[in-house]
Amino acid sequence: MNVNAHAPALNAKDYASDQEVRWCPGCGDYAILKAVLRTLADLRADPAKTVFVSGIGCASRFPYYVSTYGFHGIHGRAPAIATGIKLANPDLDVWIISGDGDALSIGGNHLIHLLRRNVDVQILLFNNEIYGLTKGQYSPTSHRGTRSPSSPFGSLDPALSPAALALGARARFVARAVDTQQAHLPGILARARSHKGASFVEIFQNCIVYNDGVFADFTDKAVAAEAQIHVEHGKPLIFGRNRDKGLRLKPGGLELEVVELGKDGVDESGILVHDETNHTLATLLVAMDKPVALGVLYCDPAPSYERAVSDRIAAAQAEVETRTEGQPPGINALLRAGTTWTVTG
Amino acid sequence: MEGSTALKRGDVPRRHIESAVVRFAGDSGDGMQLTGSRFTIATALAGNDLATFPDFPAEIRAPAGTTYGVSAFQINFGARDIKTSGDVVDVLVAMNPAALKVNLADVRPGGLLIVDSGAFGDKNLRKAGYEANPLKDGSLSDYRVVEIDMSQRTLEAVQPVGVTKKEGLRCKNMWALGLVYWMFDRDRASTIEWLKHKFAERPELAQANIAALNAGHAFGETAELSGELGAFSIAPAKLPPGLYRNVTGTDALAWGLLAGARLRELKLVFCSYPITPASGILHALAALPYYGVVTFQAEDEIAAVCAAIGASYAGAIGVTSSSGPGIALKSEAIGLAVAAELPLVVVNSQRAGPSTGMPTKTEQSDLYQAVFGRNADCPLVVLAARSPADCFDCAIEAVRLATTYMTPVMLLSDGYIANAAEPWALPDVDAMAHDPVAFRTDPEGFQPFARDPQTLARPWAVPGTPGLEHRIGGLERDVDGNISYDPENHQRMTDQRMAKIAGIADDIPEQGLEPGSAERGIAVVGWGSTYGPISRAVTNLRAEGLPVAHIHLRHIWPLPRNLGTLLKQFDRILVPEMNTGQLVTLLRSEYLIPAEGLNKVTGKPFRITEIENAVRTRLEAAA
Repeated sequence: MNVNAHAPALNAKDYASDQEVRWCPGCGDYAILKAVLRTLADLRADPAKTVFVSGIGCASRFPYYVSTYGFHGIHGRAPAIATGIKLANPDLDVWIISGDGDALSIGGNHLIHLLRRNVDVQILLFNNEIYGLTKGQYSPTSHRGTRSPSSPFGSLDPALSPAALALGARARFVARAVDTQQAHLPGILARARSHKGASFVEIFQNCIVYNDGVFADFTDKAVAAEAQIHVEHGKPLIFGRNRDKGLRLKPGGLELEVVELGKDGVDESGILVHDETNHTLATLLVAMDKPVALGVLYCDPAPSYERAVSDRIAAAQAEVETRTEGQPPGINALLRAGTTWTVTG
Repeated sequence: MEGSTALKRGDVPRRHIESAVVRFAGDSGDGMQLTGSRFTIATALAGNDLATFPDFPAEIRAPAGTTYGVSAFQINFGARDIKTSGDVVDVLVAMNPAALKVNLADVRPGGLLIVDSGAFGDKNLRKAGYEANPLKDGSLSDYRVVEIDMSQRTLEAVQPVGVTKKEGLRCKNMWALGLVYWMFDRDRASTIEWLKHKFAERPELAQANIAALNAGHAFGETAELSGELGAFSIAPAKLPPGLYRNVTGTDALAWGLLAGARLRELKLVFCSYPITPASGILHALAALPYYGVVTFQAEDEIAAVCAAIGASYAGAIGVTSSSGPGIALKSEAIGLAVAAELPLVVVNSQRAGPSTGMPTKTEQSDLYQAVFGRNADCPLVVLAARSPADCFDCAIEAVRLATTYMTPVMLLSDGYIANAAEPWALPDVDAMAHDPVAFRTDPEGFQPFARDPQTLARPWAVPGTPGLEHRIGGLERDVDGNISYDPENHQRMTDQRMAKIAGIADDIPEQGLEPGSAERGIAVVGWGSTYGPISRAVTNLRAEGLPVAHIHLRHIWPLPRNLGTLLKQFDRILVPEMNTGQLVTLLRSEYLIPAEGLNKVTGKPFRITEIENAVRTRLEAAA
């Protein structure tokens, strides 16, 4: 952990850079930035060893607003840049900031491979289901039928599910959160950071200019309690204003269904308990339309890619050290391996 | 081959010759590349200078017997210094009709054809597109033809070992190799050792191959063919003293990157996506975890270059490698490295194009792409290796310039250099001067884009360094690294990026003439793998007293600062290139000189005579 053990604890505002934040007033990105800064302070993250990497898009300006190291890359390529950073220095704490266009459209290939390799980074996907920076075109997560400058009669292509994609790419940590839920988001971010390996966090983020209210059907205060379920490992999948609803496997089917506690003989013993190590359960949770599952849906750690790379190098070096009794060969020996001959004058 | 000693006729008289060109040709599954490689090692051990040219199809195993499945390996070797793999073939070993058909045009009139007559059945003739058997219809009367049923003789030789017929026939290349060893008086020992090692797990296959090798050799010794075949002796070449090995451009380049990183005391992070003919560099470096090399086989070309950029950002030397089409995909990211001013080495093993082109055929048509091929004003450094061994030095230079000037460096190789081999006087890497990179560590007055007054390079401030936290990216930035749309700032930053690269001309050697060049007359200006044929052509013409010079560029961008002055002392400038005229355009635009091109894009290197003839024509026109 890159904890700044000797330095005095920093406040959230100490992790903010001196740059003026230039998102639209009311943008969900402000809330996410606030949660990230608070998380860094809570975790006493060492700014010198922390790197924010991004691609292109509204979300990707994020690194300029954090006082750690930051690399604003090119469209879609942040996962590849981050992989290189971790290969060069596995001790750095790397955060990838991306949006739905950046991560899932132009950069989709890099995202799935970063996840399958399990590079130890946090990926925060700001999903607002629209292209913001290019002024409002539909994105790969836009609902079919989204009207936008590039789809005036409604978009024709179906949306993809980021969390399902991440699970399909064999990500070892998949979580979901809502931008404005400040009580919830920092905890998810802290879990993501403590997870060794690629941590994928989809954050439902409201674009106030081009897609305002796109998540209102589950984020509005009036409906949130009934339309969201916050999952916790080892606890029953219960939700609702009165915590009177739960999830169970639909009898005779391979999907989840909502049941009311105390109705038709259903009690808590009939409700599924969340097991974040269960890939199938996570898949069912993300496939569910309502309630929207939030929290750590899946977490099942495995060795990270960059550690495996450095372990292989260390093992090769140890093997040669032993074999050569502490006289390991240099580059000259490499060049001279195989057939050589001497030409005399 | 104890049984044949009774027939041994003792030492045959051997004719002493200066040099010879041998080409082994067969099906892509016949092991011709391997046969050529072994002959190359044995020839190097005999002390000859040499140059090789492997020429193989893109198909991994094209249908047997077809002309498009023919794989060939050519070697030119001699007692004098050898500059090219040879214009024309003296001895062609053809393992089937297709190999004969494809390669015959390159054999000199009167040259020797050694053919496996056992493979000249109706079916193979038909597959090769022969209507009549060329061994019988007199069409080969310009050549000396030695027909041997190598298939049958190989099967006879391996019979005591007890391998299957299929396994036995696969030893046919060793039989042919044994015969050619005898012709040129090569020692079989290195090949026998190699076979034992290669087939350590299946000793019967080692035995069978060795039996075939020995049988081919014995056949030369004992058969009544020595008059037709000829027995030759080629004295050792007068190479500078030293310890030598054979090296391909691929291996030399990989090792040069490692050496370059070591000399700067940097971790090498090599990120690549497989592509012909560049993949060999990834293979070579992936074998070296012991040397601390990190290799990353990325999901695509863009990920490869971006990971290399990320690695450089984090304090390693990030390197990516590809061929033309892959470099095109990397272009945007290379621009990012130019804008963010990070070290990066991009290796381009060029091949014939455009688009997918001819992946296994060589060309040098990516010079424009290297120098100009990015959006906006986006200068970087371009180097070109001239030969397989030169790749080592160029790779070290690429790492040096990238890390000294915080810039991408494009290193151009090509399919010919990548696969060709030549003897290499091994350098002593331990004795080379180490020059560790001085990373910025002092927070006092730190600005990410404050430039060194000498090099104009910005400081290399690596994540993990306390007090230097900063942000960089592809957006235009001010000296503090923060985003700037200020008009004057963009002008200033653009000017500084251009000046930084232009200033590298003061840190590279002035351009010289190749040894033995004339000081006036015609200058033949080359870059990259045309070095060999130009060098030999100019040497030959000079031997006739003709006023010809050879200028060979390693630094393509920036160009050496004296190049314009140097070129202007010649009456004419001829630029042979395996493209439609790219360096010549650059020279004309930079120096306003009437340089003219000599251009060829056949997927094959220049012949020496092509260059000689072009120079002669111009000298005669001037006379």
